[in-house]
Amino acid sequence: MAEKKVFFKSLKDLPKEDFFVQGHRACPGCGETIAVRLIMKAVGPNCIVITPTGCLEVVSSPYPYTSWAVPWYHVAFENAAAVASGVEAGLKALMRKGKLEKKRIHVIAIAGDGGTADIGLQALSGALERGHDFLYVCLDNEAYMNTGIQRSGSTPYGAWTTTSAVGKIMPGKLQWKKNVPAIAAAHDIPYVATACPAYPLDLVNKAKKAVEIDGPAYLHVLTPCVPGWRIPSNLSIKIARLAVQTGIFPLYEVEDGRLHVTVKVPKRKHVKEYLKLQGRFAHLTDGEIEKIQKRVDMESEKLGLGPRET
Amino acid sequence: MAKRIAIECSHAISLAAKLANVDVVAAYPITPQTHIVEKLSEYVADGELDAEYINVESEHSAMSACIGASAVGARVFTATAGQGLALMHEMLFIAAGNRLPIVMAVANRSLSPNLNIWGDQSDMMASKDCGWIQIYAENAQEVFDFTLQAFKIAEDERVMLPVAINFDGFYVTHVIEPIIALDQEEVKKFLPPRKIPSYALHPDHPTTWGPIGLPDVQTELKRQLEEALRNSKTVIKEVWKEFGDMFGRYYDFFEPYRLEDAEIAILMMGGHCGTARIAVDRLREKGEKVGLIKLRLFRPFPDEELIKLTKNLKVLAIVDKAFSPGGLGGPVFTEVKALFYNQKIKPEIVGFIAGLGGRDIRVDEFMVAVERAKKALMGEKIDKGFMFLQVRE
Ligand SMILES: Cc1ncc(C[n+]2csc(CCOP(=O)(O)OP(=O)(O)O)c2C)c(N)n1
Ligand SMILES: [Mg+2]
Repeated sequence: MAEKKVFFKSLKDLPKEDFFVQGHRACPGCGETIAVRLIMKAVGPNCIVITPTGCLEVVSSPYPYTSWAVPWYHVAFENAAAVASGVEAGLKALMRKGKLEKKRIHVIAIAGDGGTADIGLQALSGALERGHDFLYVCLDNEAYMNTGIQRSGSTPYGAWTTTSAVGKIMPGKLQWKKNVPAIAAAHDIPYVATACPAYPLDLVNKAKKAVEIDGPAYLHVLTPCVPGWRIPSNLSIKIARLAVQTGIFPLYEVEDGRLHVTVKVPKRKHVKEYLKLQGRFAHLTDGEIEKIQKRVDMESEKLGLGPRET
Repeated sequence: MAKRIAIECSHAISLAAKLANVDVVAAYPITPQTHIVEKLSEYVADGELDAEYINVESEHSAMSACIGASAVGARVFTATAGQGLALMHEMLFIAAGNRLPIVMAVANRSLSPNLNIWGDQSDMMASKDCGWIQIYAENAQEVFDFTLQAFKIAEDERVMLPVAINFDGFYVTHVIEPIIALDQEEVKKFLPPRKIPSYALHPDHPTTWGPIGLPDVQTELKRQLEEALRNSKTVIKEVWKEFGDMFGRYYDFFEPYRLEDAEIAILMMGGHCGTARIAVDRLREKGEKVGLIKLRLFRPFPDEELIKLTKNLKVLAIVDKAFSPGGLGGPVFTEVKALFYNQKIKPEIVGFIAGLGGRDIRVDEFMVAVERAKKALMGEKIDKGFMFLQVRE
């Protein structure tokens, strides 16, 4: 059994200092930047961050400004894991050959769901299989937000996006969400986890644990998007919490192949509670909502989450 | 001590990369490049080369990993060909724009369709605008020397650009030739380890790389790249001179052959220059005043130097192993035509497209090209100024 290590007992244990700093241009209530700020506090300054193209890159680096107090590199959209592989290998070779002082430098890729589940999946799979010592974080806002809310493999069933339009005959996205954490876990890497900024302590402990582990680690973070989900900015954390409490986005860790749920949900709320707050689901019929509920029930059972609240 | 050895051209480049003591190799196999990366894998497995060998899952990732490794200060090598280079295309521009001194061997291969593993230069030419220094080699010795020189050129603080060493698939890659191989001590003297730049990615001095650039900065960024590439000519000359002074093999942007009193010259790059030389000899025997200009450097293009070199020529017969469908001819041909447009005195410039997808260009075909080019001088022009040399109609 993997050791149960708690790095931060409360949020007060996090450093005051920020390594992802203010001044970035994200929307108020952006789940991505809230999550990144927390993750960066947890992992500290001794790292190199690679971010592919997407909202995070765009809001944090409008030349000549930067929100990154750590070394940071954006190369392209589909290759964060491959760039991270090169950074990790480069550091390793330079340190082994005595050209760079030996010390542990965390290599962290922080990507969107499009850059992870779709266009970047091959590079991610390659890097996980090769076993580079790095952390890959997927910020899952469930669509290509940077280019204007287009559907991704990670967009949930029924959601409206600009390329899964709701029309006279089409009801939004027709397919279920791709389970990327399961794909990552299928590589038999040492650590896979899901997290969300509504459970910040869970998030920072997972981030810290993930970077400390030798070898590849994968962290999948649900990050609500105010314009993309058609939600008010003051509700993004509440909605993230509901994603967990309904069982739609369970929080768990997979260590050495064993999955355990980190935030227990003894009584799951009905998915309606989550869906009804978001404009992207406004068109769903009761029948569609029940279809989603059934699916969540089935998935929750597999994970051993609690029964649904009645 | 330098030693005369027999070596496959592909292995000559692997040997050079080993002697350059590269820190990271990231590569994906594709014919006719495979022997290069297989040999490097053997070197690493035998402990002869202390490098991280990243078995990437694609060429796109190969170049991406090279970019990451180069950004932390590592000396980086990769090799590819044809479809692999096409898959890298997007990353090539980023390697150059981010000023990363990556060295890459390109075993030139035709682009699909049809699936064709054989040599022509359409792969590199489809990416010619990527901002890399682009050198074309004819034989194992050039391949070996150019690779060692490439690291020194690329890593020079006045340059900081990636370099592609091109050599024809099969016609050059798979040929065993004698070379004078340098030993480790000699290479060390010529090529010290890469100096890790102060702005390399490292937590001790955080830097932000690859930000989003708005319209107010893009022009300046691109202009800087243009300047860097232009200025690299000086450094290339310096490095080639230094190499010559140390080891006795001097290189220039061109290698002229029987050009002194020539009125017509074939101009081309790469492995087929050997055959072209034989054609020149045959035509000389018949009393024709013919020569050859082998072009080694395609980017930066040696413009003034070519004008100077060709000032006594009446006809330039340019043979390209690539072309732009619907365009104005092969890449070297269009480049040279553009170069001479504003010149008062200029030769007749005739273009030939040949050697596509591994089709050999025979001696008699070079002779036909020269004859045809001569006719253009007498007024018998070719429509658009260029033609396919070897089409079966
Ligand atoms: C090769 C390539 N294809 C498409 C794009 C356009 N593009 C840029 S960001 C992006 C979507 C990013 O979505 P995601 O990864 O989910 O990040 P988000 O913006 O939602 O945080 C797209 C499609 C690109 N930059 N490069
Ligand atoms: Mg997204």
